[in-house]
Amino acid sequence: MDLFEYQGKQYFARYDIPVSAGDVALTVDEAVAAAEGAGYPVVVKAQVQVGGRGKAGGIKLAADADEVRLHAGNILGMDIKGHVVERLWVEHASDIEEEYYASFTLDRAAKKHLLMLSAQGGVEIEAVAESDPEAIVKLHIDPVDGLDRATARQAAVDAKLPERALDGAADILVKLYRCFTEGDCDLAEINPLILKPTGEVHALDAKVSLDSNAAFRHPEWEAYAATEVLDDREQLAKRNGLQYIGLEGSVGIIANGAGLAMSTLDVVNQVGGTAANFLDIGGGANADVMAAALEVINFDQAVKSIFINIFGGITRGEEVAKGIVEALGRVELRAPIVIRLDGTNAEEGRRILADAGIPESRLRSEPTMLDAARAAVALAGQN
Amino acid sequence: MSIFVNAETKLIVQGLTGGQGKYHGLRNRDYGTNVVAGVTPGKGGQDVEGIPVFDSVAEAVAATGADASFVAVPPKAAPAAILEAAAAGVGFVVCITEGIPAQDEARVFNTLVRDHPGTRLLGPNCPGIISPGKCNIGITAGEIALPPTADGPNVGIVSRSGTLTYQALHELKEKGIGVSTCVGIGGDPVPGTNFIDCLREFEADPETHAIIMIGEIGGSAEEEAAEFIAASVSKPMSAYIAGVTAPAGKKMGHAGAIVSGGKGTAQGKMDALAAAGVRVGQNPTEAGELMAEIVAAL
Repeated sequence: MDLFEYQGKQYFARYDIPVSAGDVALTVDEAVAAAEGAGYPVVVKAQVQVGGRGKAGGIKLAADADEVRLHAGNILGMDIKGHVVERLWVEHASDIEEEYYASFTLDRAAKKHLLMLSAQGGVEIEAVAESDPEAIVKLHIDPVDGLDRATARQAAVDAKLPERALDGAADILVKLYRCFTEGDCDLAEINPLILKPTGEVHALDAKVSLDSNAAFRHPEWEAYAATEVLDDREQLAKRNGLQYIGLEGSVGIIANGAGLAMSTLDVVNQVGGTAANFLDIGGGANADVMAAALEVINFDQAVKSIFINIFGGITRGEEVAKGIVEALGRVELRAPIVIRLDGTNAEEGRRILADAGIPESRLRSEPTMLDAARAAVALAGQN
Repeated sequence: MSIFVNAETKLIVQGLTGGQGKYHGLRNRDYGTNVVAGVTPGKGGQDVEGIPVFDSVAEAVAATGADASFVAVPPKAAPAAILEAAAAGVGFVVCITEGIPAQDEARVFNTLVRDHPGTRLLGPNCPGIISPGKCNIGITAGEIALPPTADGPNVGIVSRSGTLTYQALHELKEKGIGVSTCVGIGGDPVPGTNFIDCLREFEADPETHAIIMIGEIGGSAEEEAAEFIAASVSKPMSAYIAGVTAPAGKKMGHAGAIVSGGKGTAQGKMDALAAAGVRVGQNPTEAGELMAEIVAAL
């Protein structure tokens, strides 16, 4: 789950990482109130989960309430690369002497945590990585050892941060690492990390991605879930605990396992169709989950046929079949289903479907993934 | 022969008294796996359809001589369960649990490397391992796997995706090709066992004559495997990578983009494998067909 900048800064604050005084605003009046609280001059920043908002005019400096009104009015509702601005973050403007980059993530190849630190922050860090890779210090951290202050300070030395920024940077790195590990982040990034003329080091931006698997030990994350950017289909899926991503095509997809779901999209594409979604019902899905999945698919008006691709391991064929029968009794599905069912208890599942007396115009079974894909794509073309 | 497990493997099931543990543990036993004990803290002395349950892995190992464990406990408890098995000297631990936080996985993996180098972890979030006719640990439906023949040629399977592992087994069975061992390494960020670990074992296994590899988008495990294949795998291979048309996954921001360095797309992975001499299919069925051609030529 990706956080907005203001949420990231609030999350940073939980770990004592210095951020600018500020507040979130949904209206122009709230923006003025936030500015009064933060103290002028302030920066009015569009809250969207996409890069390049500064260039798009989504970040403005304001010296007084009139300027806040002007900029907040312009930015709220602005469309930045398809993201409509609904929230602003208004914070006290910082004096900037230098800009750095710092992040922690998991290096999957090394199976260790990775600190990246550079004295060349504030710009596109990919560009720095391309043009001057030496300018980015990469330090692997064993998750069992963690990061101590001396190691963090040495990394700042290696990144050629100036002497007077070293202690402040080391302090922030240790705190950011705690936020990354104890806070269960996939990514905790500060760009830019700034040095003020007063010598303080400070997080001017926050990019935080949370590991949703760890939600069980972070009740504070519930506040973030409420602002997650989801379309109507995705919201319905989320309420039902399904892994769903909306797409543009006409064949609704339900599969068990992320790999098979991706593969199902590929095969539909290869036989000339387009998938309306990615939907993984996960391992061990029961009848309720399958029924919920069908309801989500049915909600999508663009769906002309539904391809259910199940290879049971932990998921049992008879549960899948019961779910389909139940869903057909519960909701009026607009599109016909093509199912391919294999694996654990598949025969029992196929028998349940056959015995349910569902007309072939609404549900048909195909022996292989490719056959089922062709049938689903053909049906989508007819409807 | 087979890799990691064989007909003599003695298995304990951690979480045998729970829903998933009982269902799959008993299915594993029905398949012929030597399931010698279950472990559930507080339920020592009970039994599950004749399988004795112990309070701890150490007690179960002492009583039965078990050398492998199947961890089927919820995400909150799984990290401790894996480390408990390792501390009790279990050499091979299969964890099917889905939804373990990445930070916990990273800590568990590096703790095993440091404190328990004799323990191999398979998973988490994997379907397990099956050596058809000998041993099945995990959630794979055993009947979809064809046992290897004495003279071969037999195929080894290594896969990052659970359900595509079954698909691969199914494709080979349809074509009458025996499988030496099928390993599902799981798709989590920090798998205990990776492609290269399995490829090295398959290369050394006299019963394995060819190898199918199933990958998916994200990370760089397939690209690393391709490098290893080019340098160290002499057996013929086919492969499939899921996710050619998948939407861009989790945004990992700038940091992720730098770590991957452009790696991670399905096309990049397919190109890397093809360059290493692997025959790459556009879907699981095609990978199976390519393997049938490879086997026919052996």
